Amino acid sequence: MKVLLEAVFSPTFAASILRVTTPILFATLGAVVADLAGVVNIALEGMMLVSAFTGVAVSAFTGSAWIGLICGVAVASALGLLLGYFHLKLRTNIILAGIALNLLATEGTVFLLYIVAHDKGVSSSLASKVIPDWQIPIIKDIPVLGAMVGKQNALTYLSLLAVGVVYLFLYKTPLGLRLRAVGENPDAADSVGISVHKVQFIALAISGALAGMGGAHLSMGYVSWFSRNMTSGRGFIALAAEALGRRHPVGGFIASLFFGLADALSNYMQSLRVPGEFVQMIPYLLTLFALAVYSGRQMKTRRSFK
Amino acid sequence: MVAREETPILAMIGITKVYPNGLVANSKVDFQVQRGEIHALVGENGAGKTTLMKVLFGLEKADEGDIFIRGQKVKISSPHDAIRHGVGMVHQHFMLAPSLTVAENIVLGAEPRRGLWFDRKKAEEISRSLSEEYGLHVDVRAPIKDVPVGVKQKVEILKALLRGSDILVLDEPTAVLTPQETGELFLALKALKEKGHTIIFISHKLREVKELSDRVTVMRGGRVVGTRKTAEISSEEISRMMVGRDVELRISRPTAASGKAKKVVLLAKNLQKYSRDGKEVLKKVSLQVRSGEILGIAGVEGNGQVELVEVLCGLSPADGGQVFIAGKDATGKSPGDIRNMGVSHIPQDRMIYGVAAEASIEENLVSTRYRTSPVSRGISLDLKAIRQISRHLIERFTIKATSPSQSVSTLSGGNIQKVVVAREFSTNPQVIIADQPTRGIDVGATEAIHRYLVEATEKGAAVLLVSADLAEVMGLSNRLCVMYEGEIVAFFPEASEVTEEELGLYMLGLKRQDPREIEAAMMGEAESRPASEAETGEG
Ligand SMILES: Nc1ncnc2c1ncn2[C@@H]1O[C@H](COP(=O)(O)OP(=O)(O)OP(=O)(O)O)[C@@H](O)[C@H]1O
Ligand SMILES: [Mg+2]
Repeated sequence: MKVLLEAVFSPTFAASILRVTTPILFATLGAVVADLAGVVNIALEGMMLVSAFTGVAVSAFTGSAWIGLICGVAVASALGLLLGYFHLKLRTNIILAGIALNLLATEGTVFLLYIVAHDKGVSSSLASKVIPDWQIPIIKDIPVLGAMVGKQNALTYLSLLAVGVVYLFLYKTPLGLRLRAVGENPDAADSVGISVHKVQFIALAISGALAGMGGAHLSMGYVSWFSRNMTSGRGFIALAAEALGRRHPVGGFIASLFFGLADALSNYMQSLRVPGEFVQMIPYLLTLFALAVYSGRQMKTRRSFK
Repeated sequence: MVAREETPILAMIGITKVYPNGLVANSKVDFQVQRGEIHALVGENGAGKTTLMKVLFGLEKADEGDIFIRGQKVKISSPHDAIRHGVGMVHQHFMLAPSLTVAENIVLGAEPRRGLWFDRKKAEEISRSLSEEYGLHVDVRAPIKDVPVGVKQKVEILKALLRGSDILVLDEPTAVLTPQETGELFLALKALKEKGHTIIFISHKLREVKELSDRVTVMRGGRVVGTRKTAEISSEEISRMMVGRDVELRISRPTAASGKAKKVVLLAKNLQKYSRDGKEVLKKVSLQVRSGEILGIAGVEGNGQVELVEVLCGLSPADGGQVFIAGKDATGKSPGDIRNMGVSHIPQDRMIYGVAAEASIEENLVSTRYRTSPVSRGISLDLKAIRQISRHLIERFTIKATSPSQSVSTLSGGNIQKVVVAREFSTNPQVIIADQPTRGIDVGATEAIHRYLVEATEKGAAVLLVSADLAEVMGLSNRLCVMYEGEIVAFFPEASEVTEEELGLYMLGLKRQDPREIEAAMMGEAESRPASEAETGEG
C-alpha cells in the first residue's frame, strides 16, 4: 500500500496520467461538439480505431508520422460525415448507425491489418513512425512541474490546447453559437435561415477529427503499433466523461483527467502484480460509479426543480 | 370584397396544401393583405391558419397556388427565402434557444463578427438599439430560459425586425400573455404599423381582433369564408362566419344548487413551496373547493399559480402544508395516486405535461387509465376497446383528425388541447384542476370546454380554475380568489359581484384584503355560504 501511495503522489505518475488521458480527452471533446449540435456521436470508438490504424499504415508507407496523423484524422472525420449522411440524409437512427460504424471499424481494421501487415493481431511487422515528444524549454527545468508536464508527446500538448480551442470555438465564434442553437432548438435555427443539417454535418466532422487525434495518439504516441481493438472502450468512456463534464469542454477535461487517473492507476497496479483481470476493471467500475453518482445528483436537482 | 386601390403587399392566390397523410389543410385559399394594415386571420382550430402562414414562410410547400409580394410573383421554398422577401414570423410555439441570451437569439444567423470571433458587444448593442427603436424593451443579456413569455415574444418580434421584415406574421401571440403583456404588445404592434409595417395577426380572442385589426379574414375547414373591414362587423358575425352557426360568447357559470354545494372535496392547508434559489413561491396558501362549484384563481402569471397546481397534482412536493382530497390525506402522494383519488388535471403546458406528442391520439386518450378495465385486459391492452373509446371521445369533443392512430404532433395547436381535455373529462373526476384550459382554443371549442366544466360541476365535481383570462375566470367561477406573489390576497365569495377593475388592483398588488378575513371567509363553514344566488349568463 505504501508503495502504491508513494508512486501515486510522484510527478512521474502525474505525467503518466496526462499521457493516458490524452486519447480520452480528444474523444471527450469530440463528444461535446457533436452532442451540443444535437447529434450524439456514439461512433467515437470506431473513429478512434480507424484513425489509429490509418496513422500506423500511412506512416509506415510514407515514412512520416505527421502525414500518418493527418490521414488518420481525415479518415475519422470522413466517418463523421458518413454518420451524418446515414442519420441526416437517410434518416436512420443515429445510435444504430453509430453502432454499425463501430462494428465496421472493429472488424474492418482487422481485415485491413491482415492485408497490409499479414497479421490479424498487431502491426509490429510495419515500420510505422511515432509522433515525437516535445519539451517545453523553461518548464522542463522546474523541479516537480518539469517532470509532470515538461516533456510529453506532442499530441498530449495538442490535446490540452484543444480544450481551449474547442471552448473558444463553441462559445466565442459565430459558428459555435449556431451549433449550440441547432442542438438546443433546431426549429429556432431553422426559423432564422440557418441550415440545421449543414451545421450538424460540420459538428460531426469536427467530432470525428478530434476522435481521430485521440486514436492516432494511441498507436503513434502511447505505443508504436496498432493492435486489434486497441481503443478498448475509450470512445465510450469519452461519452461518459462528456456527460460527467456537463457537456462543457472544460468540464469534459476534468472528467477525462478522472478517467485518466483510473487508467493510470490500473496500469501501475498491474506492474505490482495485482491480478490483471481485476485491475483492468477499475476504469470501467469507476465510470459506472461516477455515472451513478452523477445521475443520482441530477435526478435530485431535477426533482426539486419541478 | 374591399375595393383595392393599390396592389396588395401580399397576395396568396389559390393556395392548396395537402399534408402527406392526405389531410387537405388549405384548399384554394385566396388571401390578400394591404400595405400598412393589421390584418387578423381567424378560424376554428384546425381551420388551416397556421398551415397557410407556414406556406408563406417556406416551412411547408404548397401543392398549388402562387404567392405575390409587392406585386411580384415569388417562390418561397425555405424560411431563408421568406426572410429575403421581408417576411418575418413569430410562431405559435417559440423558436428560441433557451440557454442563449436574448441578444444571441436576436442576432442568430446574422451574427456580427470581429475577425474570426462573434462580437458579443456589438450583438448586444444592435439588440438594444433595435429594442429601443421599436419600444420593445428587453434585457439583452438575460438567458432566454430566465425571461418571462412576454419577453420571449418580444425577442421573436425583434428577431424578425432585425432581418428587415416589413410583413410580420404573429401566430396566436397573445395566447400565452397576461393582460398587461398583451396591452404592451398591442402598443408595440400599433407603433410598428405607424412605421409602415404590415402585420398579420392570428388570434382566437375576438375582442383582440376587434381592438387591433383593420381587416379580418375568416377561415373555415381549410377555405377562406371572407374578408371584412373589422369596423363593419361584430364579434357575433365573425364567430358565425368561423363556426357556421351562432356561438354563445357569453360565459355562464354553474348554478351551484345549495343542496349539493356542501362537501369540501379539495382542501389545501398552509401550502408552502420554495423555488430552487430559495425564494418562497407559495406562502401558506389555503383554499377549499366544494363539490358542485368552480373556484377561480385570477392573477398575473408567475405569482405562484403554476407551483400551486403542481403541488396539488403531486407533480412536485410541497415544502409545508397539507392537501386533502375528499377528506383523505393526499400530501406528498404521486401524481398517479392522486389521479386514482379522482383528480383530473388539465395542464398549462400541453406539450410538456399534456400529451406524448409522438404517440397517437388514441394512446394519449387512454394514457391515464391503461391499467384499468376496459382498456386493460390483464397483461395486454384491449385495442378494440381503445379504438372504440377514442372514436367516441374524438366525436364528442370534435377533435379534427383523420384517424385515431394519427400522431398527436400532427394536430393543430387547439386540437392538441382538445385531446387533453377529452382525456381528463372522460374519467368522471371528482376534482378537476384546470390550468388555462382554453389557451389557444377557438371560440366554438372554448364554449364547449366551458360547458363541460359546468356539466362536470353539475354532476358534483369540484373545479379549480386557474386562468389569466379575466373574462373566463370571472364569468365561470362561483367563488374567486386572486394570487399575488405566492399568496392569496383577495377572496370573493360571490364572483358575480366583482368588477374587472377591482380585480386588477388586487392582481397588481395595489390592494389586499386582511389575510385572516380571507381565511375565515374561505374556510368558514361550507354550509353557511351556499353559492345559490349565482346567476346564469352574467359576466
Ligand atoms: N404536419 C402535419 N401533418 C398532417 N396534418 C397536419 C400537420 N400539421 C397540421 N395538420 C393538420 O392540418 C389542419 C390545419 O392545421 P393548422 O395548424 O393549420 O390549424 P390552425 O388553423 O392553425 O389551428 P389552431 O387554431 O388550432 O392552431 C389540422 O387539421 C391539422 O391536424
Ligand atoms: Mg395554429
